[in-house]
Amino acid sequence: MKQKKFSHAGGLFFRMLRLFVMLLFAGVSLPSLAVADDGAVNTQERIAPVAEVRLQGQPPVEMVAAPAQKKAQVVEPEAAPQPSRKDYPNVGISSRAIVWVLAQMHLFFGALVLAVPLFVLMIELVGVFTGDDRYDDMAHEFMKISLTGFSITAIFGGSLALALFMLYPDFMGYMMHVFGAQVLVYALMFFFESFFLYVYYYGWNAFRYGNLKWVHLTLGLLLNASGLTIMLLANSWATFMMAPSGVNEVGAVVGNVWEIMKGPLWNPINLHRFIANIGFGGAVVGAYAAFKFLSTGDPAKRAHYDWMGYTSNFIAILAFLPLPFAGYWLMAEIYAYSQQMGITAMGGILAWLFIVQAVLIGTILLAGNFYLWSGMSRTDGSERYKGLIKIIAFVLVVSFLIWVTPHTLILSAAEISLLGGSHHHILGPLGIMPAKNIAVNLMLIATFLSFQLYRRSDKVATVGWAPLGNALLIGVYVAAVANIVFLGVYFGYFTNTVYKVGSSVAQVGTTLVVIVFGLVIDSLMFRNARVLSSHWGRIPDRSQYALFALPIAFTWLMALMGYVRSSVKTHWHVYTVMKDNSPDNFIPTIGYAGNMITLVTILFLLCVLFMFWVANLSGSRQAKPEPVVGGVA
Amino acid sequence: MNVLLKTLTFSLALTLLFTFVTYLLPQVKGEAPVEKNVDLGSLTMEDFIALGDDIFHNKGTCTLCHKPAPLGRAPDIEGENMVALAEERLADDRYNGEARDGEAYIRESMVDPGRYVVAGWGKKGSNDSESPMPHVDKPPIQLSPMEIDAVIAWLQSKDGNVVTVVLPDPEVAVEVASAASDGGDAGKVPAPAATAEEALARYACVSCHALDSRNVLVGPGLVDVGARLDKDELRQSILDPNADVAEGFPPAMPPDFASKMTVKELEMIIEYLAEKKG
Repeated sequence: MKQKKFSHAGGLFFRMLRLFVMLLFAGVSLPSLAVADDGAVNTQERIAPVAEVRLQGQPPVEMVAAPAQKKAQVVEPEAAPQPSRKDYPNVGISSRAIVWVLAQMHLFFGALVLAVPLFVLMIELVGVFTGDDRYDDMAHEFMKISLTGFSITAIFGGSLALALFMLYPDFMGYMMHVFGAQVLVYALMFFFESFFLYVYYYGWNAFRYGNLKWVHLTLGLLLNASGLTIMLLANSWATFMMAPSGVNEVGAVVGNVWEIMKGPLWNPINLHRFIANIGFGGAVVGAYAAFKFLSTGDPAKRAHYDWMGYTSNFIAILAFLPLPFAGYWLMAEIYAYSQQMGITAMGGILAWLFIVQAVLIGTILLAGNFYLWSGMSRTDGSERYKGLIKIIAFVLVVSFLIWVTPHTLILSAAEISLLGGSHHHILGPLGIMPAKNIAVNLMLIATFLSFQLYRRSDKVATVGWAPLGNALLIGVYVAAVANIVFLGVYFGYFTNTVYKVGSSVAQVGTTLVVIVFGLVIDSLMFRNARVLSSHWGRIPDRSQYALFALPIAFTWLMALMGYVRSSVKTHWHVYTVMKDNSPDNFIPTIGYAGNMITLVTILFLLCVLFMFWVANLSGSRQAKPEPVVGGVA
Repeated sequence: MNVLLKTLTFSLALTLLFTFVTYLLPQVKGEAPVEKNVDLGSLTMEDFIALGDDIFHNKGTCTLCHKPAPLGRAPDIEGENMVALAEERLADDRYNGEARDGEAYIRESMVDPGRYVVAGWGKKGSNDSESPMPHVDKPPIQLSPMEIDAVIAWLQSKDGNVVTVVLPDPEVAVEVASAASDGGDAGKVPAPAATAEEALARYACVSCHALDSRNVLVGPGLVDVGARLDKDELRQSILDPNADVAEGFPPAMPPDFASKMTVKELEMIIEYLAEKKG
């Protein structure tokens, strides 16, 4: 019976899959048709008869002047419009501020609802392989709390589109002209995403075991595929604005939609957003777990939410560790595309923002580490590593201080004379990138060490070569730290800029080697290890505040870096081809940006609270009022 | 409720802390370049040099890369005597440009920087055969020929060298300005020029040729060109300038006018120049 049910569901599923593939191909082929329509094949030619019908014996009708007509109809490609200031509608408040808030809110929720199904699918898969229902329940709960997020994303997305069409009509007209039917594919993907989302979520318990579980996992995969496609399509708009491709120097379309999409920054942004979304999603659901943990005194519930918080933090930090490398690739591609754009971001007016970025990333790493150290109290075996925590904390704090050291300061004449110049003789060298590259790599290595110690704290290795393995690991850490410091100091201060930038790749490579080597050694060394007891729920309440600090810092960081990414275009809607002549075509001060970012962060916080509240509401049931004796209930 | 209040307060405090950090930093606005009205009738060379200084440090965005070591990503031209360096580079075997003097070299280094890449400053992996510098006459910098001249004047003057750049001609500049501000349509495929003067301004002929004198800018003055060349020779000198280069002048004239000008524009220019008999 069960098998029959499955084959019915499977048949339906495969029919849906076939339909999906057909629609996808139809959608993808639309843009190429649209491009062709602009070019050689016009409407008349497309509807012209392919054969002639005539009576037998009658001479053929002469077709006149068709080739000449074709030659005369060569259409010049349309250049990007260059609106003047009066072409921008004035609604009384800054158009940019309106779009800023709506776009950022859409992006926050978009990131969240793209990320949650990704790690939910992973957790569900872990549940299948371990046979532990707790994973399945947790994955289901993650989906439940993010479900409203899909609607909120759509609401902000719709509002953003309306605002853009109203406030920047020429720009949006141009973007629609360039991307053509690709935007319809984008819209189509929402239907798929909604379909898979609702079937995936509401079918959770219906497709829970056996073969039906695999149907459910496939639905999750398709949900993620449609979500990721949406992200890739939307990313192509942002990267086209930064580094246009498929258009000529005046913005006229000369390539097909694929050439327009695959600009030099598309894949770096795709990777960066993909990883960042996972980290962000993990951090947000971690806050939910922390809130629930603090709100209950029930030991069983505290144990559950402690475990949920730990898993969320694990996802957030694990995604966060490779993020700087993806960011590095993105910046390298920006420099390769336009050195001027790269320097505007890293060495020009926006460079100061990287001090704020350092504060935010420092907060994330310190909070993540603090949570891991607090979490060690769950296991009795963690005593072995407590001494190392002080060293890690020291490295993190010193590296953090180096990272936030500015290169130049706004000084009065008296202060300059006291300092002996505009740069302090010791702190000045710490203000430039080589010192910061050393600091950030050491912070990442220290964080990975915390993670490694935490993972080891409830295990005792039983393999004979454990002492040798530990010695090897210590050797790798020491060599890596020495290499990172040497590369930073030698190439950063004693050679020119080209080598300085080149050496940072080797530093990043060294950090990756530590992470990969550490994971490999531990996975081999702790095979068949003796497992010590763990007590979920045995963690101080103050540790949960680290789980609030993470999403706040992540949210702020996303908004800040989004602002930098958008601002490197300076006074261009589409860099080098369409100028921004609106009243807001300047880069605002950092303080103004800070206010806007705080505004969107607080709005996001409120919307997330609403999302969590709605999620909990579905599990609540009002008790039936007792009838009042002799009166109305 | 207590937990909600505590966590909200904590989150809000952290958010405000981050905002506070932004106020500790310099509050600088990045203004978009604005069009400046220059009264060319009363423009002195000092004003022109000051304009070049301003363009170099602001609109031209030159100082993003051209900074003193170790911060720079390009040679520190502000700290170097560019006129003296130009002579050295022109004599260098690696130079593959068409300039013959310092002024032309500096202009060429701005509009076609790949002609000579200073050792150690080439694009990564190009072995100094490719320059990472953008062409300053193209977007996103998009300096006009007059603005480029102003920068050259400043670069020449800052080290006490003789300024060889001539001040822009007010009449010609009006044409340039009207063509450039034609409804703010810089990015559109332009409509054909309506007059010969407009066409001469559009194709920047006036950057290298003085129209109303025999003064030599980059190319010869054209005040008497109609007496020296007939219409066919004028046509050839525009469409195929390297076929017969005037004696004593570098073959610096762009060879691609044939693909840029409309027939009408070409004929208007020829008619106009043919009437210039001195």
